[in-house]
Amino acid sequence: MTDAKPIRVLIAKPGLDGHDRGAKVVARALRDSGMEVIYTGLRQTPEQIVETAIQEDVQVIGLSILSGAHNFLFPKVMELLNKKNVQDILVIAGGVIPDEDIPLLKEVGIREIFTPGTPTSDIVNFIKNNVKNNVDDEN
Amino acid sequence: MDIIQGVLNGDTRSIAKLITLIEERSPKANEILKQLFRFTGNAITIGITGPPGAGKSSIINQLAKKFRNKNKKVGIIAIDPTSPFTGGTLLGDRIRMQDLTLDEGIYIRSMGSRGKLGGLSQASYDAVKVLDAAGMDYIIIETVGVGQSEVDIIRLADIVVLVLVPGMGDDVQAIKAGVMEIGDIFVVNKSDIDGSDRLVNEIRMNLELNPKKSSFKPPVIKTVATTGEGIETLDETINQVYHELSINGIISDRRKQHAQQELQELIKDFYLKKINSSFPAEIIAYTEKILKKEIDPYSAANAILEKEE
Ligand code: B12
Ligand SMILES: Nc1nc2c(ncn2[C@@H]2O[C@H](COP(=O)(O)OP(=O)(O)OP(=O)(O)O)[C@@H](O)[C@H]2O)c(=O)[nH]1
Ligand SMILES: [Mg+2]
Repeated sequence: MTDAKPIRVLIAKPGLDGHDRGAKVVARALRDSGMEVIYTGLRQTPEQIVETAIQEDVQVIGLSILSGAHNFLFPKVMELLNKKNVQDILVIAGGVIPDEDIPLLKEVGIREIFTPGTPTSDIVNFIKNNVKNNVDDEN
Repeated sequence: MDIIQGVLNGDTRSIAKLITLIEERSPKANEILKQLFRFTGNAITIGITGPPGAGKSSIINQLAKKFRNKNKKVGIIAIDPTSPFTGGTLLGDRIRMQDLTLDEGIYIRSMGSRGKLGGLSQASYDAVKVLDAAGMDYIIIETVGVGQSEVDIIRLADIVVLVLVPGMGDDVQAIKAGVMEIGDIFVVNKSDIDGSDRLVNEIRMNLELNPKKSSFKPPVIKTVATTGEGIETLDETINQVYHELSINGIISDRRKQHAQQELQELIKDFYLKKINSSFPAEIIAYTEKILKKEIDPYSAANAILEKEE
């Protein structure tokens, strides 16, 4: 049933990549699992993504890239989050990302990468298992 | 930074964190709101309502830019419906407001309605106070797409802009009377498509047939939110209407009503909580009796309230 404290997630597509099917599929799956999903559409700059995440006070950022620009754009988002001293957001990503790129992306702080064919239930479970409910922790 | 000082300084993260506390109904939120209350009451609050897809978010995107040209700070709250089955929401209003994200004079917050049916969320009332205390000059509230009876926005906003578009089947007839009555300004958006002049006429006729109790006549204007056409006029109209409604006392009447409704809601909540915690066993016992038809619910409520006294 309905949760009084739904997990808030930002699903964002950085860069010029126009493949939005995967991002929308993931956004819907997260919504259907009871989360509040902010979807901002195509062509977001890393600056816009980080600012949106702060204004919306999300617990999770999910980045989606299929164009191949992930090695530049994902670290850029992480860099900006660090610069703004945002440490309490879980960042995950998905799309067409070659296996050999994954270790580097995890090193900069992307917690998990989901490649084509991943069942959306895996993504839902990962988020539910890894989000810390900070309001609860404080109280 | 202390969250209260942060909000008063207009710090984005403090505003965002406080709104989350409000949404989660944390007792901490109440304590902070008590401190912030005396700094509220300065912003002009504008409700933007209308059927799903009418162009509410696109209009806000353009209107906020006009406010920014005058160096005014703008807070935006955009509400989308929460699924009653899963509790989830897809909050998509920001897609149309991308131009505003990096403007430091603008704060946007998307909210799920979280069980409220009137087109707003419970937390939106207090979120408006936060943005007010944070020094926003204008606060724009986008309601859930309305159709039937989602008119709660009149309990929150100083003025209400009702957005309609041509080609909604029976046009104005499709909008229920209650919704038509809440508009202080009517916007016919998507006037780049056929039928906008006809819709303007229909709205005017409808307003003639059902005049408001006051002498105030809601203006009807045409816009194309995707290009920005007509938004200048909307900006001017909002200021004129706000001015007129202020002079004839309607804005202060509304604010008085809002304050009274809020007080009454709080008393209701407070009482219900008190009764629930004082007489949990009685509530269960009387519920059973009502089911067995041993007592009617009216008498049962009275019986419990009498115990309280
Ligand atoms: C459909 C498709 C298109 C459609 C896109 C329609 C749309 N609106 O999305 C169209 C035809 C428009 C298109 C165009 C192009 N495409 Co294309 N396209 C594909 C294709 C066949 C499938 C993508 C898809 O929709 N999959 C279905 C969705 C549901 O899966 P998904 O996105 O992978 O998402 C899953 C996971 O990746 C993950 N995930 C994805 N996002 C996220 C986000 C989060 C937060 C999480 C947790 C998980 C997650 O979860 C999802 C569920 O499992 C892929 C090949 C492929 N098999 O991937 C090529 C592919 C992506 N396209 C490619 C290319 C090159 C192009 C074009 C440049 C072609 C051209 N020369 O014109 C253009 C560029 C368009 C643009 N403006 O960016 C290449 C990219 C190469 C690369 N990365 O190096 C691919 C890989 C094909 C290939 N093998 O060459 N394409
Ligand atoms: N042709 C035309 N399209 C418009 C106009 N204004 C908005 N649109 C389009 O209408 C669609 C819906 O616009 P939104 O601004 O998202 O409408 P909304 O009322 O906020 O929608 P919900 O929040 O989903 O109820 C988008 O595809 C817009 O690009 C307009 O003046 N003319
Ligand atoms: Mg909208």
